[in-house]
Amino acid sequence: MTSPETRPGTRPEARRGGLLELRDVAVTYRSAAGDVPAVRGVSLELAEGEALGVAGESGSGKSTLALALLRLLPKTARVTGEIMLDGEDVLAMTWGRLRAVRWASASVVFQGAQHALNPVRRVGTQIAEPLLVHRMATPARARTRVTELLEQVGLPAWRARSYPHELSGGQRQRVMIAMALACEPQLIIADEPTTALDVMIQAQVLTLIRSLIAGRGISLIMISHDLSVLAATCDRLAVMYAGRLVETGPSREVFTGARHPYSRALAEAFPTVGDFASRMAPRGLGGDPPDPMRLPGGCSFHPRCPVALPSCAWRDVELWPADRAPEEPASPASSAPSHTAACVHVLPDPEAGPEPETTGEDETPAGRPAKESA
Amino acid sequence: MTLLEAVDVHVEFTSRGRRARAVDGVNLTVGEGEIVALVGESGCGKTTLARTLLGLERPASGAVRYGGAPLTYSTRALKAYRREVQLVPQDPTGSLNPRHTVYEAVAEGPRIHGLPGERERVASALSRAGLRPPERFFPVYPHELSGGQRQRVVIAGALALDPKVLVADEPVASLDASVRGEILALLLRLRAELGLSALVVTHDLGLAWNIADRVAVMYLGRIVESGPVEQVLSAPSHPYTQALLSVLPESPAPIVLGGEPPDPTRVPGGCRFHPRCQVLAGGKAAEAGVDGRCRSQPLSILPAVPGSRVACYFAEVSRAPL
Ligand SMILES: Nc1ncnc2c1ncn2[C@@H]1O[C@H](COP(=O)(O)OP(=O)(O)OP(=O)(O)O)[C@@H](O)[C@H]1O
Ligand SMILES: Nc1ncnc2c1ncn2[C@@H]1O[C@H](COP(=O)(O)OP(=O)(O)O)[C@@H](O)[C@H]1O
Ligand code: SF4
Ligand code: SF4
Ligand SMILES: [Mg+2]
Ligand SMILES: [Mg+2]
Repeated sequence: MTSPETRPGTRPEARRGGLLELRDVAVTYRSAAGDVPAVRGVSLELAEGEALGVAGESGSGKSTLALALLRLLPKTARVTGEIMLDGEDVLAMTWGRLRAVRWASASVVFQGAQHALNPVRRVGTQIAEPLLVHRMATPARARTRVTELLEQVGLPAWRARSYPHELSGGQRQRVMIAMALACEPQLIIADEPTTALDVMIQAQVLTLIRSLIAGRGISLIMISHDLSVLAATCDRLAVMYAGRLVETGPSREVFTGARHPYSRALAEAFPTVGDFASRMAPRGLGGDPPDPMRLPGGCSFHPRCPVALPSCAWRDVELWPADRAPEEPASPASSAPSHTAACVHVLPDPEAGPEPETTGEDETPAGRPAKESA
Repeated sequence: MTLLEAVDVHVEFTSRGRRARAVDGVNLTVGEGEIVALVGESGCGKTTLARTLLGLERPASGAVRYGGAPLTYSTRALKAYRREVQLVPQDPTGSLNPRHTVYEAVAEGPRIHGLPGERERVASALSRAGLRPPERFFPVYPHELSGGQRQRVVIAGALALDPKVLVADEPVASLDASVRGEILALLLRLRAELGLSALVVTHDLGLAWNIADRVAVMYLGRIVESGPVEQVLSAPSHPYTQALLSVLPESPAPIVLGGEPPDPTRVPGGCRFHPRCQVLAGGKAAEAGVDGRCRSQPLSILPAVPGSRVACYFAEVSRAPL
């Protein structure tokens, strides 16, 4: 890893939002049962060469958010807010422009993407396809490139001639990563890229991903529920719960010093092998993930929260500066807080605040929201 | 008591004209009420071995035994066997029919086996799998669920038959933190309350540490180390097991194995791990005088015994873990 000074994402004065900027993005699916608010107002920014990890449990809206970035959502989804990719408004792009952007600027490694492979075509042909379709290489050059790409993801060149069913799950996922790399995008959105992989391949893929970011200035949004994996790969983390960001900050800080109780539970979820306290005692968070159609009022985490206050049932806190300790001097160059959390316990006075309002189910943000979110 | 058993099982495929020895001589037992974790790298043959134990693949040689008797591969016998030994597949999205509701997906097994009380069965399976209240999920289609919710439907489908053994292929790989704990705790609870056994196929050593009694580490079609979890995972003897433990995110000195990923159509001679072995490459095997054997002398197949066993010349001579 490079030193913190040379990593663009960790410099306080780094031009955030250089590549990607989300403002109050919300996604609602229309379904037979009613509207599903899957993403509810997410703002975040990503600099060139920066790696952002998005964590959260299933159903929290991570994939929906990722798909929204390139307008890959089904027609039943309504997206509002603003998504600026390299200065261009993604939500206003024509389809032609969008198609070009999807390969050349940003590409997605989908969750469970192994199914996206065509079962009756050799994987080499499938990796070469975007290069040929977008006229980025001659057929001969594409063949060489396929070999390079396979090597990069740790597969021998002869695998180009294999069919998907001849590969194991992990091998197919690596083919998908090779496809995402084919057109040398500026931004890679990797939705659970290593979740289905064994630890060794995960280590290889993470090493590969880290070298791509460090060596070529590729930006990364990596989605996972495994905070330890994200912390080892990304500069910053954003933790999602029920369609919102509940904590953002530098990776190590969020992983080892989470301020939101949900992030804390995520950080503690995976046992340390050899630690006898976790032997035959899997640890998890009680309760069920919330149904986005029936979100609890107040802080949506309150029914599962081990440290909830009575006011949490009606009071909804937005992201708030949560730098470790007030006595630690803030970096003079940073006007925006680097660590934020949406929890009443990071407020200067948790007990103070507005009385329950008559807005019913509506969220009632307490205090001023943090200026910078991620 | 041994319930499910693999005896010198070999499973082969033909891959582009070449013979792939996906499972290349495995002895493994799952006792009554026992949870065994089968761990190893992608493509090492875990799923193939699991499918063979379920009667979904036929061994080229060797045998699968259940309750002491070898499997009979008639349609009828297999149907009865599948009620006892249920698969929780690796990949929830691929295994759910997109046109079936959650209710239909979970009711399928009980219907095939003509079990009574379908609605209660489905409801109880769903809620045991953490989809609560279950009635709300009855009319929902897979595409309306997130990945983790789909996996829970799949687990509910297996639980709906009240099986004796679960063969769970990466049961929590796609689940988030809270569900992970809940499903693992569920396996422990099912074992405690019903004596349910499980073979859990996983690359997740933390899972093995969380719930398994024994662990078997597989490499390129063979089990290279097996034994009680505390022993194998706290003091691994095989260089491959040591490497696997070293790449856990919080580990101080990762040994990221490079080299050609294991390919069952080209199983190396000698110790099959030798082209990637860090102990051999680092010269320690030569110091111990076993490097010649590492490269050329085939290792014998590990027996299925409760105690610790390791298939490594270096571990045999050095005895103490590295
Ligand atoms: N039907 C098949 N035809 C040819 N080769 C196959 C077939 N099924 C599996 N293989 C090969 O057999 C080996 C073992 O595959 P298997 O699916 O059992 O691996 P695994 O350990 O479950 O991997 P993962 O962790 O990625 O799921 C792999 O090299 C795979 O490519
Ligand atoms: N096509 C869809 N129609 C209706 N609801 C959906 C659809 N896709 C996802 N959802 C719902 O939106 C929420 C967020 O899902 P998703 O973005 O997949 O979460 P994550 O990736 O964090 O697991 C979930 O409650 C899910 O059930
Ligand atoms: S605001 Fe209240 S309920 Fe929400 S996370 Fe903080 S303490 Fe828990
Ligand atoms: S037998 Fe030799 S090559 Fe094989 S794992 Fe042991 S030391 Fe390494
Ligand atoms: Mg997802
Ligand atoms: Mg498998």
